[in-house]
Amino acid sequence: MTSTTLPDAPYIEPSTRERRNYLNDEYGVLSWLLTRDHKRIAILYLFSVTIFFVVGGIFAFLMRLELLTPEGDMFTSDTYNKLFTLHGIVMIFFFLIPAIPAVMGNFILPIMLGAKDLAFPKLNLLSWYIYMIGGTFGVIVIITGGVDTGWTFYTPFSTQYSNTKVFATTLGAFITGFSSILTGLNFLVTIHRMRAPGLTWFRLPLFVWSMYATSVVIMLATPVLAITLVLLMIERALQVGIFDPSLGGDPVLYQHLFWFYSHPAVYIMILPGMAIISECVAAFTRKKIFGYKFVAFSSLAIAFLGFLVWAHHLFVSGISLYSAMIFSFITMLVAVPSAIKVFNWTATLYKASVSWQTPMLYVLGFIGLFTIGGVTGLFLGALGVDVHVHDSYFVVAHFHYIMVGGTIMAYMAGLHYWWPKITGRMYPEWWGRLSAMLVFVGFNLTFFPQFLVGYVGMPRRYHAYAPEFQVLNVLSTAGATVLAAGYLLPMIYLAWSLKFGRKAGPNPWGAAGLEWATTSPPPKENFHETPVVTWDAYDYPAFLKAMRETQNV
Amino acid sequence: MKNDFPLFPEQASSVSPLVDGLYLGLVVITGVVSLLIWIAIFYLAIKYRRRPDNELAQEQEPPVFLEMAWTIIPTIIFICIFVAGAWVFFRINRVPANALEVYATGRQWMWKFQHPTGQREINSLHVPVGRPVKITMASEDVIHSLWFPAFRVKADVIPNRFRTMWFEATKVGTYHIFCAEYCGTQHSGMIGSVVVMEPTEYQRWLAGGSEGSLASQGEQLFAKYACNTCHMDMATGRGPVLAGLYGKSRPLVNGDVITADDNYIRESILNPAAKVAAGYQPIMPTFQGQVSEDDLIRLLAYVRSIPAPGTQTPQVESPQSQLQSSGAPPATTPTTSATTSTTTTAAPAPATTTQGNQP
Repeated sequence: MTSTTLPDAPYIEPSTRERRNYLNDEYGVLSWLLTRDHKRIAILYLFSVTIFFVVGGIFAFLMRLELLTPEGDMFTSDTYNKLFTLHGIVMIFFFLIPAIPAVMGNFILPIMLGAKDLAFPKLNLLSWYIYMIGGTFGVIVIITGGVDTGWTFYTPFSTQYSNTKVFATTLGAFITGFSSILTGLNFLVTIHRMRAPGLTWFRLPLFVWSMYATSVVIMLATPVLAITLVLLMIERALQVGIFDPSLGGDPVLYQHLFWFYSHPAVYIMILPGMAIISECVAAFTRKKIFGYKFVAFSSLAIAFLGFLVWAHHLFVSGISLYSAMIFSFITMLVAVPSAIKVFNWTATLYKASVSWQTPMLYVLGFIGLFTIGGVTGLFLGALGVDVHVHDSYFVVAHFHYIMVGGTIMAYMAGLHYWWPKITGRMYPEWWGRLSAMLVFVGFNLTFFPQFLVGYVGMPRRYHAYAPEFQVLNVLSTAGATVLAAGYLLPMIYLAWSLKFGRKAGPNPWGAAGLEWATTSPPPKENFHETPVVTWDAYDYPAFLKAMRETQNV
Repeated sequence: MKNDFPLFPEQASSVSPLVDGLYLGLVVITGVVSLLIWIAIFYLAIKYRRRPDNELAQEQEPPVFLEMAWTIIPTIIFICIFVAGAWVFFRINRVPANALEVYATGRQWMWKFQHPTGQREINSLHVPVGRPVKITMASEDVIHSLWFPAFRVKADVIPNRFRTMWFEATKVGTYHIFCAEYCGTQHSGMIGSVVVMEPTEYQRWLAGGSEGSLASQGEQLFAKYACNTCHMDMATGRGPVLAGLYGKSRPLVNGDVITADDNYIRESILNPAAKVAAGYQPIMPTFQGQVSEDDLIRLLAYVRSIPAPGTQTPQVESPQSQLQSSGAPPATTPTTSATTSTTTTAAPAPATTTQGNQP
């Protein structure tokens, strides 16, 4: 054992060659706006999605303030309806869907593969511009009066009855979808074509497997959303009857089409989170992930089954009893691969070397919260219970446990884990742990009461509510305040660390993986020499041996 | 509703104990499993925390049986949850035979309820305790959703089709009615109360003034819209005889056989050429845009109530019992109405063109 111990590597003054990195290789605004370097594009995305996260968070916080009292006394009903609509649209289309693939995936995926860049660097830059154009529509909508349909744009309300900016919003979501499609395409081709010598499929880090599954879902599902939104725009603008029954259309058809994308979209949001968790569990236990192949294939199983469950959003929309049963059954099956992941992550801790650093705190939080989010999904998948809790706060709590307790916890874990690689600096550990604890406590206080108030009978999207729901709503708002503090802190200390953080060195965690075999921040071409992979994913002894040999050469 | 801080909703319908039983069962199962996972995480993460003597983990080859165990056991549990959920779902959807008929119309932003005896209420609904109540629902504008949290039942109300739901209140009291599907500005104001009364009190409430039964109001509309000039009591009329039609199988011109249910009657009024009864010409004009949802409900109540030739006077109180004796199984009622509504919206286009070509 002693020969393979891995103390946190002391910082060594880098050579001149190592001082050049992707950040100081070129200077000037244009060197960023016209860059084709996947790492710089990831930084562009990081800034953009953070802005949208703050905007979406402000909307959420204003909603929670309104819900302190049962009466609708802070905003008008119209304003409140716009707040929850914009909160959903901004968070889903402009934060959750792009966040992990376009920031973490963009930055780390090519390095994990030992590649110099993604397969199509120009397409990668184009996808950021498309995202920004879509986002501009979103911003214009927010400034010019908002939209009040709910993020689901249900017809015929959205096509005939809402007199807000439905067209511009759906156009923005439509455009942004193409940015996801291009990113997914880029990842798929890169994973197939640009792996380093020796990096076989079953040596790939689980992050890559999960991103692969995500990309497949993006490529197959997003075009359906595009078509659906185009049909919606046609009906709204030209009064062609597609979904509106008064024009001869079918409003339930819209729900089928919408959820055919939007249920897989849930997996577009959570699979990248699982990708980060697998990496961090391995890094902070210094251990192979338990059941590597099971975890890898469970990502593909989720991607596949995720396409077959969309109508579980329609159990009370008048689909037949028999189709409800089929969709309920498949919904139960899609829970299995998620359960496999949770069990394997937990089992990895056995006889591990568990570090309690900030990313690991987020990871442990993720596993716990994702478990609750997952099992409450079983409640909703069980037909008899869904009839009661459908469209109640129970659903709101459930998907926030997945989206916030899952995806955003994972995003925070990944941000802290790769921060030294991205910036070359360490974040302050004490503050990191504090904010992780705040997020965990604040999150549970915000969303756990919503399970209770939902089952008692509070419908979602309610501006004013019955007085007996107030206590739980006050708790929820109190939690949101703690949660907001937990999210604000990292923005401050991460910015601080850019200038004052301790220099990280190539591998501050003592983790195994190609991204830790290069300097921090990495050079523009990622590696000074093309790496040759001789080890399985997370095989610490083999990885360390290979590292020593390369350094001796 | 007296409780200021309830953590559990009132149990006031026959299916509430079933739904709550399933819910609490799930809480226990998933709670225990989640707790075990949480304990395992913290126990392992503390026991195997990084120390100088375990800087690097010991490698463990995962035993395959363990992977198999935590793949197969959850699958079995999940399938059991599915079966239990589906069983309760069938109970929620199976309309009992002796159900009292009530009609509901949703519009931005109010609920209107009509009783067969002619009473109309807005944002409130009076029902007797211990008697199944079947609600036939329609929407005048967007999608709404009628939710009775105390009864654990909910159904979306979708424009241009009839849907049904039912409950049997088991506890006298006043409970919430909510709109659960977001429907615009005053969505959170589209609320009301359902008043569950003792049967005697309910009879007294029913005795309060009304403008005649819903079916008789429908009969007047039947004359007002001149339906009776073609749909006569004898087969010599230009339109099919409607007596005893409701719930029966009817052959169509194109050879299909359909069940004359709520949505077929709605479609035949609004879009008569879509499904023409065998032996008749597609000559009926459309009433799309001329008949309000309320009038449609009255016409439906009337058509449901016309007795088959040879039977006694119309039964306003429970036409459902007629339906039962004629052999339509109650369990399939929601299913058939749901499936027909899907087909009606998908099918009319080709049917209309072929019919339209006829002189």
